[in-house]
Amino acid sequence: MAELEAVIGLEIHVQLATETKMFCGCSLSFGDEPNVHTCPVCLAHPGVLPVTNEQAILYALKIAAALECEVAPRSIFHRKNYFYPDSPKAYQISQYDIPIASHGRLGEVRINRAHLEEDAAKMVHVGDSGRIHGSGASLVDFNRGGTPLVEIVTEPDLRGAAEAAAWARLLRETVRQLDVSDVNMEEGSLRVDANVSLRPAGSEELGTKTELKNMNSFRFLERGMEAELARQRELIEAGGTVVQETLHFHPEDGTLHPLRSKEEAHDYRYFPEPDLVPIAPTEEMIREARDSLPELPAARAARYAGEMGLPEDVAALLAADPETAGYFEQVAGMAGDIEPRVVANWVTGELAAALRQDAGEATAAESKVGPDALAALIGLVQEKKISHGSGKTVLASLVAEGGDPAAIVEHEGLAQISDSGELEAIVAAAVDANPEAAEQIRSGNQKAIGVIVGAVMKQTKGRADGSAVNRLIKKQLGL
Amino acid sequence: MDMLELTAVQAHEAMAAGELSAVEYSEAWAEAAAGDELNAYLWRDGDGAIAVERPSIAPVAVKDIFCTEGVPTTAGSRILEGYRPPYTSTAVRRLIEAGAPILGKTNMDEFAMGSSNENSAYGPVLNPWDRGRVPGGSSGGSAAVVAGGLAPWAIGTDTGGSIRQPAALCGIVGLKPTYGAISRYGMIAFASSLDQCGPLTRDVSDAALMLSILQGADPCDSTSVGLQEAPRLPDRENLEGLSFAVPTDLTGHDLDSGVRAKFDATLELIESLGGTVGEVGLPHAEHGISAYYVIAPAEASSNLSRYDGVRYGMRAEGSGDVIEMYEATRAQGFGPEVKRRIMLGTYALSSGYYDAYYGQAQKVRTKIAADFSAAFADFDFVVTPTSPSVAFGLGEKTADPLAMYLSDFFTVPMSLAGIPAISIPAGLAEPEGGGPQLPVGFQIAAPAFAEQKLLDAAYALEQAIAFDARPSGAPYGPQGFKKRTGSDEGGGDG
Repeated sequence: MAELEAVIGLEIHVQLATETKMFCGCSLSFGDEPNVHTCPVCLAHPGVLPVTNEQAILYALKIAAALECEVAPRSIFHRKNYFYPDSPKAYQISQYDIPIASHGRLGEVRINRAHLEEDAAKMVHVGDSGRIHGSGASLVDFNRGGTPLVEIVTEPDLRGAAEAAAWARLLRETVRQLDVSDVNMEEGSLRVDANVSLRPAGSEELGTKTELKNMNSFRFLERGMEAELARQRELIEAGGTVVQETLHFHPEDGTLHPLRSKEEAHDYRYFPEPDLVPIAPTEEMIREARDSLPELPAARAARYAGEMGLPEDVAALLAADPETAGYFEQVAGMAGDIEPRVVANWVTGELAAALRQDAGEATAAESKVGPDALAALIGLVQEKKISHGSGKTVLASLVAEGGDPAAIVEHEGLAQISDSGELEAIVAAAVDANPEAAEQIRSGNQKAIGVIVGAVMKQTKGRADGSAVNRLIKKQLGL
Repeated sequence: MDMLELTAVQAHEAMAAGELSAVEYSEAWAEAAAGDELNAYLWRDGDGAIAVERPSIAPVAVKDIFCTEGVPTTAGSRILEGYRPPYTSTAVRRLIEAGAPILGKTNMDEFAMGSSNENSAYGPVLNPWDRGRVPGGSSGGSAAVVAGGLAPWAIGTDTGGSIRQPAALCGIVGLKPTYGAISRYGMIAFASSLDQCGPLTRDVSDAALMLSILQGADPCDSTSVGLQEAPRLPDRENLEGLSFAVPTDLTGHDLDSGVRAKFDATLELIESLGGTVGEVGLPHAEHGISAYYVIAPAEASSNLSRYDGVRYGMRAEGSGDVIEMYEATRAQGFGPEVKRRIMLGTYALSSGYYDAYYGQAQKVRTKIAADFSAAFADFDFVVTPTSPSVAFGLGEKTADPLAMYLSDFFTVPMSLAGIPAISIPAGLAEPEGGGPQLPVGFQIAAPAFAEQKLLDAAYALEQAIAFDARPSGAPYGPQGFKKRTGSDEGGGDG
């Protein structure tokens, strides 16, 4: 059998952080007591009418611009009809055949569409089942009902669970930087559903997919997709066929379970919403949305990898967070001739580790390590004024108290031993003190050199240049 | 002179001149309304539940489809029994702000679905001209209170003829404005793309005054645009230079002989006033009923889904899970005509049928609108009888929904095109099969937003028709021909 290839497309719901709901004047809320942010419109009293939130349109246009989408000159709303207590009108107002945005791209993944709609109310089912069926009672909180959403649908361009999760993170960082949503998966302001299928590698056809829901963290998203791909693979390899269905992820044990067919068998009877007029953004609105975009993670990462020569993974890591990216660029600008790659390694490696060690919550930009100080420190190490190990000592001091690296070097006496005679003497003493290791090195065991280097470093309190020590040991041993 | 004889415009002028006490006038009307023997009111404001700060306009009877805060609002349905809305519709709010007390809420076909008022869950309204006959529908209560002397004027809603047809059957004026002229906010939805609020009045001038109060864009209704200018009171004396088109595709159909005679007589009157009458084709208009009975039920099936027993209104008790509760509530709460239309509409929107039904009906609708545009390129107005017959007997058409639907044959095309149309009394005619004479309506339709022109022409024609009949036994009747001369004489010249 040909090797199987994963095919994944994502559907992402982004709750917009507008002042008010999608179609009424109620304010948005998180964590308030139930049913306080409601009005006749979002409770669907008789006779009420929806009015489209203009801020939501502007936010959708920003998302459209960030995802390089085409904006429809006139997009319309439809009614998606279904009976359920979380939908007080018994229909959701959503965009259907003419979404506000389509044909976009983020990184290597094509965006099929992005459209505006309203969120459903939140239901709490009392009882063990956690679902409406079999629960003793169900409570509805209409605070969330009518919250503006942008639903983003990708093409099935992702080829694995890890790749899909990484892309979803990129999307989150991208949307976060637009300042249009909290994009918090745990709180539900970002919800990612995955359409997952397998096909013989090299095939152009799509296999039967299943839709995975309720994965409310990136970890669960990846685990859910992995579990489902494994299940489908086993099924296909045993000669079975995948059945199209919706699967619910259970975070407690990482398993997936089909929804009851009664809960998903719908004919939504879509038809154009007669209570609303088309969304017709002006050229100016579209231009303003485009002009308002900050440099987004994907573009920034491409610039770091291209112009600055950073490895792609380091570039992506730095680019994801605009603050850290800004900090990195400041340090790189002050570091003179030092390669950006070296600066990037310090920011993502030594500095990140030192900040973690410090147990504080500070990010690089918030820390006491000014960009000028870090640039100076990297300079001292690069120019071999201090050893790499001493550099870390200075950095720990900077993280704790801030200050000037040169002054710290001076004060702590960390300047590298530049007198080769002095270092040679210390090395000779260390070789003499470790005859066993010396013998092993002579007989070809290079690892043993670490024992003698360690002794030298201990003697010099890390002020020796590691490569010079290595060279001197070998010289001493006549190698 | 009895103050209840005054039209709303006359009363307004008298109040403004300090010649009439607004409080006394309102109280007199409240007393008259209390004498309702027609089952026309579902609720009357006996104790000032709806506060009006300084009454300065004639009190209004409001179709029970307009939400009014704290006051029962049922849309003629059992499913909203006991429902008191937490907010007030824009139309009623505008009336209250203009200083018009609210007399009460009028009976109607359930959710405005019907042409006879027999679909009300609270019993049929009786026609004040003959209590064995229907007042028309769905705004039957609003038409009956004006014709029967139980209110000086009223508001209703028109989706396919629900203002014009009962106005015709009750011998009063009914205006369906251009779609978007008046806010729909707070008006319980039947078919959202067709529903429009409008006045039911004794005469054309009152309709103009009421329209000037109601019209205007509303931030709560994105489909509302208002009129470019608030209407003035009409003052046209003749029809010189105006052309009227008779759509032979419509008027060639079945028509009571009495209705046809009055229609033809009115056309002659138009010519005698200097207007010209010609014929025009509206080739798609005869398919109006078919398209309407796909589009309106489709929208209704969605609009009425919110009545599920969860948040307000009736809930069937003792049912098992939520689906059973929905089913029981809706089975008990809706009447047979509403259920029929929900089923029709659900079917028309179903996957696999959408294009054949809803999609096709929308195409027909576009064609009908294009027909009217073509007609208005050559003519100022299109005229038809309002209804193919005079008021029919209670129970006469209840067993035959299709016959009932054809009552709106002449009014539905204008609704589909979204254009304004008015029905004015053209006189009385004997019903088919004999009996006392009953009112006949004459419908005039105009291009979108040409309300002023429409009212002016209707006014000139109304003066010439000089309809001065009133239901026997009704304390106060339509008598809607009164010419506004600026003097206090108030009376017409017959």
